Amino acid sequence: MLSAHIQEQINRELKKYPVDQKQSAVMSALRFVQDEKGWISTDDMSDVAAFLGMANMAVLEVATFYHMYNLKPMGKTTITVCTNLSCTLCGAEETVAHLKTRLGIGLGEVTADGKFGLREGECMGACKDAPLFTINNKRLCGRLSNEKIDQILAELDKS
Amino acid sequence: MINIEIDGKLVETERGSTVMDAAHKAGVYIPHFCYHKKLSISANCRMCLVEVEKAPKPLPACATPAADGMKVHTHSELAVKAQKGVMEFLLINHPLDCPICDQGGECELQDIAMGYGGGESRYTEEKRVVTPKEIGELISTREMSRCIQCTRCVRFGQEIAGVMELGMANRTEHAQIMSFVNSSVDSELSGNMIDLCPVGALTSKPFRYTARSWELSRRKSVSPHDGLGSNLALHVKDYKVARVVPVENEAINECWISDKDRFSYEGLNSPERLTRPMIKQDGLWIEVDWAPALEYVANGLRQIASNAGAEHIAALATPHSTFEELFLLQKLLRGIGSGNVDYRLRQSDFSADGKQAGAPWLGMPIADINAADRFLIVGSFLRKDHPLLAQRIRQAVKHGAQANIVHASDDDLLMPVANKAIIAPNELLNTLAQVLKALAAEKQAELPAAVQQAVAAVTVTAAASAIAQSLSGGQQVAVLLGNFAQQHPQAVQIALLAEQISALCAGKFGYLGEAANSVGAYLAGAVPFAGNVQGMNAAQMLAEPRKAYLLLNVEPELDMHNPQQAMSAMRAADMVVAMSAYKHHAMDYADVLLPVVPFSETSGTFVNTEGRAQSFKGAVKPLAEARPAWKVLRVLGNLLDVSGFDYDTSEAVRAEGLHTLGLDDKLGNHIAGVAISIMANGNDAGLQRVSDVPIYSADALVRRAASLQKTHDAAVPCVMLHGSEMQKLGVQSGDTVKVSQGDASVQLTVQKNDSLPHGAVRVAAGHPATAALGAMFGTIEITTGHSTKQPENACQVAGQSVERA
Repeated sequence: MLSAHIQEQINRELKKYPVDQKQSAVMSALRFVQDEKGWISTDDMSDVAAFLGMANMAVLEVATFYHMYNLKPMGKTTITVCTNLSCTLCGAEETVAHLKTRLGIGLGEVTADGKFGLREGECMGACKDAPLFTINNKRLCGRLSNEKIDQILAELDKS
Repeated sequence: MINIEIDGKLVETERGSTVMDAAHKAGVYIPHFCYHKKLSISANCRMCLVEVEKAPKPLPACATPAADGMKVHTHSELAVKAQKGVMEFLLINHPLDCPICDQGGECELQDIAMGYGGGESRYTEEKRVVTPKEIGELISTREMSRCIQCTRCVRFGQEIAGVMELGMANRTEHAQIMSFVNSSVDSELSGNMIDLCPVGALTSKPFRYTARSWELSRRKSVSPHDGLGSNLALHVKDYKVARVVPVENEAINECWISDKDRFSYEGLNSPERLTRPMIKQDGLWIEVDWAPALEYVANGLRQIASNAGAEHIAALATPHSTFEELFLLQKLLRGIGSGNVDYRLRQSDFSADGKQAGAPWLGMPIADINAADRFLIVGSFLRKDHPLLAQRIRQAVKHGAQANIVHASDDDLLMPVANKAIIAPNELLNTLAQVLKALAAEKQAELPAAVQQAVAAVTVTAAASAIAQSLSGGQQVAVLLGNFAQQHPQAVQIALLAEQISALCAGKFGYLGEAANSVGAYLAGAVPFAGNVQGMNAAQMLAEPRKAYLLLNVEPELDMHNPQQAMSAMRAADMVVAMSAYKHHAMDYADVLLPVVPFSETSGTFVNTEGRAQSFKGAVKPLAEARPAWKVLRVLGNLLDVSGFDYDTSEAVRAEGLHTLGLDDKLGNHIAGVAISIMANGNDAGLQRVSDVPIYSADALVRRAASLQKTHDAAVPCVMLHGSEMQKLGVQSGDTVKVSQGDASVQLTVQKNDSLPHGAVRVAAGHPATAALGAMFGTIEITTGHSTKQPENACQVAGQSVERA
């Protein structure tokens, strides 16, 4: 079941679209689910489909098309490192390597305590700040160095 | 209209059409995979790239609108280079396994690769591999690695079948066609995806690896199942039907067929086929030759006719029999002096017998359904009873038509329904009266005095008035009666009101024909009121048991309105002659079994629901000693000295019985001389039975189609109840309960279905699990048994959310 909060958020989103085109809200709906649960299960997809009057498969198509939807449980904090061209030229490989050692996990994995998840991401459209990663798809951290990464991790650890 | 030039040919085409459409008109072939004339444009395969003058790069013909004065080159150097480039990309991930591919020889990719593919591949890296998914008993995805992502199957589901069961998950190289969490594809039209797939990614599970396409000879035929009369091609190998595919007929089935039409052929080769005539002697069945078997039948009938009177001989036939068979059956019966012949086995109201203007039919050409803008569909399990007619209505609704439903069950029709009145079966008539009354008010029209008087007392509900409002806004209204309405104990009154409703809207009124030859059977005179000798109708023949029954393709416990009554009549009879393609339950009560052949092994004619007579030839030889029923009846006629039984061919039978020219004046839905009366339907205490005939139980052939019998639609029926009724009875979903009707009962699993009206209980008919019960309508009693174990069978009505408490 979608929580009351998610339903309320989706209903607000639906006001932006014609009444007979509820499926326009599918991307937002999936985002609300992920914001609350950290990831989107196939059950959640069914719930979203039922809520918006879509086919289950149509929701799955959207959820699997876009990279920023987590289709398996990720950590409380998910760090997504851009590994596209600009970032790689500016040292994204080192960023990934450093995160891997610091967190003790590989890409697509979650720390044992469930605190951190690490993902590889696609271009965030902020190449001037390369190399960079996002935190839970919300906060962008750029011009990364190992020191800066340590600082951010320490900060996240406290919160 | 605009003019466009394709490869130097000038073509006139409609504004808004595409270059592809124009090319078809000009007779120019443009290679393509994802384009399909019945599906939306997706332009994702890029195979149809063509050169358009003044355009900077090649454009996809399927998605480029034709413009006035446009000059297109489909085979110029640029176009061919583009097409070859696309072909090379498509072949990058496509396995080059044509020799072991089931599609080999009839593969669009293979054909086009011959024209546009390179001799060898420049791609040496690893190819993509897709794990196969399990999506049901009909379609195999074992070789999904062959998929070229044309998405025809996905669009078919969305647009034609009305339910998106397949989709393309992930993207780029990882994109793959799959169903949601390995759920099965349950659409009753799903087999068309196999035809649509341009490669060997979706293949027919029952057919796979049983034949190569070039080993098959193709014989045209006509579907023996629903009233549509889909045109079929039977593909034959080694004297057996190896598979069935559609033959395009825009006026009937377009380019589709239902899964029932496609996969029922497995029943043709069923091990249950009856191969030799059999006679029961001293309680034991012995196989005999035709001559003694027919002698035995003739003697028996002669004896009963002379001792008890010819009126003690009765004949029942399914409307899945051919015109020729039905014509000879009634001619034989009348020839020996009995008018007891009927094909309306599931009907219960015969009060319009002889009062109807002609054969009950659709009331319009099938193709006109797409043009209607308002529908009133009364008492129909539309999707399951008429899969492709439902599809046509779905297309009409997509183009703005409004569908209004009056029915006792709210099945998901996979289309938006404008208004619906879901009511208990005994309120059906009253609800129609409400619609009529509201419609007259809406239109400010005067009803005939008698009708006015009849409807004056009804109170119009909101649902009925919404339906009336919708109908009154229509220009082309179609009022259609489904199987449920035709089987209803007040079917004639329902028809009278439906006709009044359609008259008020100047619309069309018709019956959705239950079976392939429902119209043909009427025209053949296989009804007790036709011809010179009148007799009893199907219900009377059982209510007042006869001494002899001739059964043509009938399985009384499954095909009759009241199987309980039918079986006791069969058991009490002195002689039962079962003409059947199968060894069936008749072994218990019959005296003679005569092996007759199914539609594929005889020539014959079906007259479909729009009154179109379609003849076909036998595709294969009769199996073993089985013979076409028309030949069997002809010999019986000769043995019984009935005159006029000297036919050499089925065509001669047809020529005598069916004057194909001017069939129209033999069709007629108007009923004269029956007064409208909106009476309550008997006793409405207790739970009212709502019975559908499950799609894969509807006739003898499909009951024996092995793969169809493994689908969800063929699951053992449950007893379905509204949640509030379950509470009253104190039962839970999954409980096994005793369902009693008349003096028999069966054990069924309870399933909650809140879309059913209060006071109703849905118990399917036509299935062995419920064959012991009585009439398809009436009161039913449910008592809780002691066991509450959950049987393994999954019961599910497709498209409905099934809750298990």
